[in-house]
Amino acid sequence: MISTLFLTQLQILINEAMTEFSAPDYLPALPEIFLGGISLILLTIGVFVGNRITTLLTWVTSLVLIAAVVIILSLNINDQITFGGLYIADTFGTFMKCLVLIGGAITLIMGMSYVKNEGMKRFEFPILILFATTGMLLMISANDLISLYVGLEMQSLALYIVAAFKRESIRSTESGLKYFVLGALSSGLLLYGATLVYGFAGGTSYEAIGNIIESGDLSLGLLIGLVFIASALAFKVSAVPFHMWTPDVYEGAPTPVTAFFAAAPKIAAMAVLIRVLIGPFYDAFDQWQQIIIFISIASMVLGAFAAIMQANIKRLLAYSSIGHVGYALVGLASGNEEGIRGVIIYLSIYMVMTLGAFGCVLVMRKRGQMIENINDLAGLSRSNPPLALVFSIFLFSMAGIPPLAGFFGKFYVFMSAVNADLIGLAVIGVLTSVIGAFYYIRIVKIIYFDKPKDSFDKPINIEITATLTLTGIITAFFFAYPSPIISGAAIAARSLLP
Amino acid sequence: MIVEQITFYIFAVITVISGVLVIGSRNPVHSVLFLILAFFNSAGLFVLMGAEFIAMILIIVYVGAVAVLFLFVVMMLHIDFSKLRAGFTRYLPIGCVVGIILLVELILVLTTGTVDFNIPKNVISQIPNPEAISNTEALGNLLYTQYAYLFQIAGFILLIAMVGAIVLTHKKRNEVKKQKISDQVNRDPNTAVTLHKIETKEGGTWKSD
Repeated sequence: MISTLFLTQLQILINEAMTEFSAPDYLPALPEIFLGGISLILLTIGVFVGNRITTLLTWVTSLVLIAAVVIILSLNINDQITFGGLYIADTFGTFMKCLVLIGGAITLIMGMSYVKNEGMKRFEFPILILFATTGMLLMISANDLISLYVGLEMQSLALYIVAAFKRESIRSTESGLKYFVLGALSSGLLLYGATLVYGFAGGTSYEAIGNIIESGDLSLGLLIGLVFIASALAFKVSAVPFHMWTPDVYEGAPTPVTAFFAAAPKIAAMAVLIRVLIGPFYDAFDQWQQIIIFISIASMVLGAFAAIMQANIKRLLAYSSIGHVGYALVGLASGNEEGIRGVIIYLSIYMVMTLGAFGCVLVMRKRGQMIENINDLAGLSRSNPPLALVFSIFLFSMAGIPPLAGFFGKFYVFMSAVNADLIGLAVIGVLTSVIGAFYYIRIVKIIYFDKPKDSFDKPINIEITATLTLTGIITAFFFAYPSPIISGAAIAARSLLP
Repeated sequence: MIVEQITFYIFAVITVISGVLVIGSRNPVHSVLFLILAFFNSAGLFVLMGAEFIAMILIIVYVGAVAVLFLFVVMMLHIDFSKLRAGFTRYLPIGCVVGIILLVELILVLTTGTVDFNIPKNVISQIPNPEAISNTEALGNLLYTQYAYLFQIAGFILLIAMVGAIVLTHKKRNEVKKQKISDQVNRDPNTAVTLHKIETKEGGTWKSD
């Protein structure tokens, strides 16, 4: 049966290929082609010059990522499909890609001193980040299950390597291995789901799958395939019950890598989840809505409770990121334009806050040693008032306290849930964010009211200061000028929905 | 027709027997060799089905790479396989029970018709004509045209895997002696070689200064 199907598909494609094959339109994929080409050039330069060029390569890579943002924005392509239906460029993709690229560039810049001090100064580091980011872009632009899979593998493979990049540290190696084994499992789930969908829909392109479901033939096989694909993507965004790897990997991986994990791949995977569910599986909304509501509630609850007992700041931020995924999924559960807009706004704000918080973690260094205990923050308000202020801004914002940015993220998401008659979901969301506020504010209390310990190493280098200033200003004054993100998110959401 | 059937049964029987021997034989090296035999015979089965491309891939990838890798692992790492097999008889009953439960469940699912695995009519839209074009040719036509995009990304993935292997395992070791061509070429022959004139019968007692 399957082999007949395969041959059918093959035959159709052969007929197409033989009769009317012409070179595809490369322009929509220009950002990816640009990044891929540059990464090869930089890799070659790195191999010939060696590790002394690392700092320069890191700067060049972050400039390249910013340049890709400029290319994407200047192309501004809406709804163009190329490479025989494998690739789509639309406004939603443009918005998400810009987020991912900016996240990558900022982590590279703020992690530079860590990379230098912790013996990770090898030229492959920025290049692997560049590869991973390219993979994420491909993944966001995928318009076919096969191109989704190869993009996902490209980014994951590079991420496994950077997680284990500090190879003389047992924790880093362990986190890389754990991430690899569990990531391979989730890839297996995705592939299994994709084969089922292919078998029961007769095609891998989103269009073919969407047509079959729209015609009302939601067969059981297709449904099982959908569940597997959703589970695999839930793993990538680290939503409960597929979150087990997150705390260990976040704790073990080098801090800049953790910051990158929390910012870029999560947003990319969320974009893929949205595109898959809202695109081909849109007409199976009633089915996948239950799944999304369940993992959303589970993530919010676990994120709120499990973080309370943590003593390690990176572990705490890992649980906090699980919770944030839960809040973002509330918007997806409403499944309409307003909900998707809410998710996009939430993710943008989440990225800014997370990068800022990890920037603060990167500053936690005493006598040349990195420290990660929350209690080491005691009395930070005395020893370094500006840092204490900016850290508190991020924490309050994550807790969702107005008028900081995090409040607006939650506001739009919960509003969409209420308008979509998911009042129960919104109530649970509000309750868990109140519980979550406890552990965020506990850190603020440690910073401001606990007995001071010896202060962190000074001076804080210029890259981290710049990052903290930028993200701090955006978080604190988002309410003054929110329109770029909100209107951008609205346009992106509109481009996605039929 | 009869020749085809005989060939099929030969390949099938050998595949099954060597499959049993892979788990049965005491020597792990023998297991790997039987695995290779099983792969070869399955490749034969694929050829009989008209899937010559998969047959070739099976031999190239599984025999050429995977089985040889197994062989390396078995021979390089001294794993005590008798120890691994120690609990075999003890766990045999529970293993059988689990296996039988799974089998019964599978049969129930497939025979009672509770699950409808019928593919909707509109999925299969065209009856292919496998005689018109061979497998390999068809794949080749698609891979470099329609799927060139995926082909390129697969190349990138392999490159990342290679970079990763080097990043995570390669260590620069200073104690290893290496040949440096430039040093050898740049050596001054006047300082590198000295000529001594040694008198007859004094070779045994001569010492360099």
